Amino acid sequence: MSPLNGYLLLSALLFSIGLAGALTRRNAILVLIGIELMLNAANLNFIAFWRYGPNPAALTGIMFTIFSITIAAAEAAVGLGIILAVYRHTRSTDLDQMSSMKG
Amino acid sequence: MNLIFFILATLTIVGTAAAMSLRSAIHCILALTIGLVGLAALYLLLGAQFVGFTQILVYVGAVAILAVFAIMMTQGASAPTQPILSSSWLTGVSVAVAVFAVLAWAIHASASTQTAQPQPEVSVNQIGAALMHRFGLPLEIMGLLLTAALIGAVILAMPEKKETL
Amino acid sequence: MTPDTIDQIFVISKHLLLGYLPSSLQPVVSAILSVVPVLVVFPLLFAITTVLERKGLGRIQNRYGPNRVGPFGFSQPIADGIKSLTKEDIIPRNADQVVHFLAPLLLVLAAFLAYAVLPIGRNMVITNLNAGVLFFFAIGSMVELAVFMAGWSSRSKYSLLGAMRAVAQMISYEIPLVLASIVIIMVSGSLSTVDIVNLQAGYTSIWPHWFVFTPWGFAGFLLFMVAATAESNRSPFDLPEGESEIIAGYYIEYSGFKFALFFLGEYLGMFATSGLAITLFLGGWAAPFSFLTWIPSYFWFFAKLLVLIAVFIWIRGTFPRLRMDQLMNLAWKFMLPMSLLNIVTAGVWHFMPAGIVRWLVCIALLVAPCLLLSRLLKQGKKLQVRTYRFAE
Repeated sequence: MSPLNGYLLLSALLFSIGLAGALTRRNAILVLIGIELMLNAANLNFIAFWRYGPNPAALTGIMFTIFSITIAAAEAAVGLGIILAVYRHTRSTDLDQMSSMKG
Repeated sequence: MNLIFFILATLTIVGTAAAMSLRSAIHCILALTIGLVGLAALYLLLGAQFVGFTQILVYVGAVAILAVFAIMMTQGASAPTQPILSSSWLTGVSVAVAVFAVLAWAIHASASTQTAQPQPEVSVNQIGAALMHRFGLPLEIMGLLLTAALIGAVILAMPEKKETL
Repeated sequence: MTPDTIDQIFVISKHLLLGYLPSSLQPVVSAILSVVPVLVVFPLLFAITTVLERKGLGRIQNRYGPNRVGPFGFSQPIADGIKSLTKEDIIPRNADQVVHFLAPLLLVLAAFLAYAVLPIGRNMVITNLNAGVLFFFAIGSMVELAVFMAGWSSRSKYSLLGAMRAVAQMISYEIPLVLASIVIIMVSGSLSTVDIVNLQAGYTSIWPHWFVFTPWGFAGFLLFMVAATAESNRSPFDLPEGESEIIAGYYIEYSGFKFALFFLGEYLGMFATSGLAITLFLGGWAAPFSFLTWIPSYFWFFAKLLVLIAVFIWIRGTFPRLRMDQLMNLAWKFMLPMSLLNIVTAGVWHFMPAGIVRWLVCIALLVAPCLLLSRLLKQGKKLQVRTYRFAE
């Protein structure tokens, strides 16, 4: 198995771990963390392809990863703000209890 | 190279798997930190120094701290007593396993067309030059997006003004 | 022995030692030989600083410091060390055992890792990373996580409150710290600490090229030092750990060796940030005047480090402690705009032709908003002239 395949497999495994966490945990914050893990797996993919791809001098993989890290941080901030606002309203972060749109 | 890759990969997988399956939310975040540091080490192994250090600075230094603050504010320091998995967890796990199976099959079945390449040397000057010239527009849009996220997060998290009678 | 040989004595002796070894062992032994001096020298400096600080604070407060243990009290660290190591290690029953154990380890690890990119002398840096300054800040951000782990794992209200306050303070002051360094990075065009020091090592007649001797460099240095004081939780920013406020804050449940590790980590962090300030603003290992370059470079680094430590001790003995909201206001409402203005001023300096006009414009660009901001921020508070009444 070539190094690139190893990195891609690791990235796929991280993505599915993040996906499993995002789909099964009850706490809203941990679902957000699962989403962050999925973004991280995609970043690993980008860097692996930058390193083993045809044109590393174009720096596309690194640039995309930098922008992805930035956006993920901003999204985490806004997501946690939403979770805090919902907590103030319903006093709970349990996603199973927030199954109705009625306030 | 292979041994280091396996050690770091194991560290990352153990950290992230623990992050998604531990009982206490704070323990999950701390395990996630281990996984993220493992990922940063993998970036360093791949030769992307700037991205590796930025990953530690942003994710470990900011996102993890933000997550622990949010957990503190929403449930305090008490240990959780209710079940941690949602009621439809079996569907979630099977979807994740299916996704992994499809991805792994795709990786395995694709032709590997690589030649052995030397480690590309990238300096921060090149990244800076690329950010200013070729990726100037995305940089500005990122600035706008971060400003919007900052203002939005502050407004969302502000306590509501109590109506005075 | 020429001055050059004395200057490079450690580098030359390391190469000599490595020449005797087979080439397979050379990288490992080279790394060990680079790292062990840092692991020995900086804890020694920590020991000396503890006694210097106590004696310095004592003199500022018109009393002797510790003067019993050795000659003028300078063996006090040995006594402190024996006390810390032999105290009983009490762990609260409710505490989270694993996290409680790991928190001081992570703190000391992060503090030691930061020394890897500081150039202590000419050609004497552990590793010349391309993104050295970024590495330093990334490692510094791990300290906040260690502080939170310490406070949360003790499961005590005081420690949790102290940890939240400490982390809030550290993340608030990280921004002016990084922005003040961005000015230097902008001007020198590189994130590598070795390049930044090499740029400052020249002389015009006898005057050095240090960045602190420019308006934006001086303002950046002041901002960096204030932010560094707050990052290391030192007075006047030590509300999260002040003894009269919160009874030691986040390390309240630690005793014995782990408490000593926290103490060590905090002081090492202070030395590391001072080391970075010296590298970025004060010219690293470069001598102040061109006729003093015969003194070895590592001597100058440690001399500047000792001066900065003395300034830290002086500030601790002089200023009262800041309240939490005063601290946060200072970071977000004063230091953040000043750092952004500093970046603009550095840009103006770069594009104006050299001469007295450039100095006047940049000084005006920095001083006028500083005065305006401080007046504006005092507006809402009703402050009166302070009067003193002494007890009769």
